[in-house]
Amino acid sequence: MRERAAVAVGLALLVAAPFVLEAMDEAFLLSVLTRMLAYALAAAALDLVLGYGGMVSFGHGAFLGTGAYVAGVLLHHRADGTAVIDWPVRIGGTAEALVAWPAAALVSGLLAAAIGAISLRTRAVHFIMITLAFAQMVFFLVLALPQYGGTDGLMVPGRNVLVGASLAGDAPLYWAALALLVAFLAFARSAMAARFGLALKGARMNERRALALGVPVYRIRLAAFTLSGAVAGLAGAVLANQSSFVSPDLLSWQRSGELMVMVILGGQGTLFGPVLGAIALLAAEEELAALTEHWMLILGPALLVVVLFFRGGLWRVVAGKGGHA
Amino acid sequence: MLEARGLTRRFGALAANEDVTLTLAAGECHAVIGPNGAGKSTLVAMLAGEQRPDGGSVMLAGEDITSLGPAARARRGIARSFQITQLCRDLTVRENVMLAVQAASGWHWGFLRAARNDRGLTVDADASLAAAGLASRAHIPAGLLSHGEQRQLELAIALSQAPRVLLLDEPAAGLGAAETPALAARLAALKGRIAMLLVEHDMDTVFALADRITVLAGGRVIASGAPAEIRANRAVREAYLGDVVDA
Ligand SMILES: Nc1ncnc2c1ncn2[C@@H]1O[C@H](COP(=O)(O)OP(=O)(O)OP(=O)(O)O)[C@@H](O)[C@H]1O
Ligand SMILES: [Mg+2]
Repeated sequence: MRERAAVAVGLALLVAAPFVLEAMDEAFLLSVLTRMLAYALAAAALDLVLGYGGMVSFGHGAFLGTGAYVAGVLLHHRADGTAVIDWPVRIGGTAEALVAWPAAALVSGLLAAAIGAISLRTRAVHFIMITLAFAQMVFFLVLALPQYGGTDGLMVPGRNVLVGASLAGDAPLYWAALALLVAFLAFARSAMAARFGLALKGARMNERRALALGVPVYRIRLAAFTLSGAVAGLAGAVLANQSSFVSPDLLSWQRSGELMVMVILGGQGTLFGPVLGAIALLAAEEELAALTEHWMLILGPALLVVVLFFRGGLWRVVAGKGGHA
Repeated sequence: MLEARGLTRRFGALAANEDVTLTLAAGECHAVIGPNGAGKSTLVAMLAGEQRPDGGSVMLAGEDITSLGPAARARRGIARSFQITQLCRDLTVRENVMLAVQAASGWHWGFLRAARNDRGLTVDADASLAAAGLASRAHIPAGLLSHGEQRQLELAIALSQAPRVLLLDEPAAGLGAAETPALAARLAALKGRIAMLLVEHDMDTVFALADRITVLAGGRVIASGAPAEIRANRAVREAYLGDVVDA
């Protein structure tokens, strides 16, 4: 009950935000909120894997960054009038979000499927290390692409258009990001309450039992990992639009770690918690960075306190109901 | 139905199972008894696919399934209970059984309809819970059940898989004096329909149910036969039974 109320209030705030900020003459803050929503989407996607599936992925930055690069590169070639590849088929650039965003999700999803297929053969610490190692490989691969700026990153000319309508300006992109987040949360909630979620959670809680029942644990986990990677890629596409810039920083292990912190801070296995975690972490970073350049020294211990003393994360504090500790 | 052929399993220098051969005929209850550390659970683990034998093979209805893992064997109709209860403790009692029904159905790829409204799961799960006397506990987390109730749930889960072969590793362990005969009665009702391998220390239960008994000691089969033969077998009495039966 209280959880429903919390979700309703949260959604109402996010819907009201553009109008309130407009009225307060602070419309530029909408872009900051859009960035939060994109990270919230990626964190919620990671929650499927980390919270519900019990797979501690230290590589989700790679999927986020890959999605961002796909959207950015397609816009770049579109502005240049050049092709992304010429052979075996010519693929040109595009600004259309209905093409570019699914493409970002697809490429990130395929990458997640490949990385997951290998990583999921390992357990525990090995899984953490191998997802990190793969993500680092992707990071260095992108660094080695001079045509897309290498270490310097790539300026993204303009923004995507949605069915011809431009996403330029802060409000249209904000609404698009909010719509994606709401749609994903609705889908993921239902999936976790459905057969797929039952199998995924069962395998996390007692793998031995799940296997003895005949649950195809590996395939279920790989499906969750792939879906999660695809949605993180989608979040990356939004980020590329929001910042008009993509750089290898998005693929770095720091990004992967940040996503994990968002999930754990917000409350894993709740989907809404990671959304709250993303917003809270990014807000804290902004605020503290304005106060002192040693903001990490404050944020680090603060996070520790939350994780140690609020088991179940911020969402449990707000909604009275957490997922699992 | 299920056959162990010369199964061997070593842990370092220790042979937990050494050349164990036994046959489980369709519909029969085959009890495996033996002292602590005899290798009974190791045998069950190899039959269920959780442990790979170092030698020998496992046959199911004429098919060699030695190389199959536990999930693949479960999908071929082998269900098991564990000596130490294995539940999804944070799922409700009902969800634990629903997962078993779902696994038996073979379809996990539902994303939209809530499992609790999925009649393909709930009808069988609720019937199973009612039969196990757990209907009133359906909506609490499995981890909050009493020990005896957890044992009941463990069995209900295995039965919900609609198995051809049921491997039971000490189902009466930890049950009270009143609960054990009720369990034996439930298992007796399954005889003839499901092939059962029953590992059990409670001799009343064993002799009430078994069509055939195999005795393990030190990882080896020291006797196998009808209950009356086993009862009369001197080697068995010395190795294990004597103190239990005469007591
Ligand atoms: N994973 C393992 N690693 C090393 N030794 C093991 C392992 N599992 C079992 N053993 C040893 O193998 C032998 C047989 O164990 P097992 O659990 O099969 O016996 P059991 O007949 O089921 O005994 P109980 O009646 O106590 O359940 C024991 O000596 C045990 O210590
Ligand atoms: Mg045992």
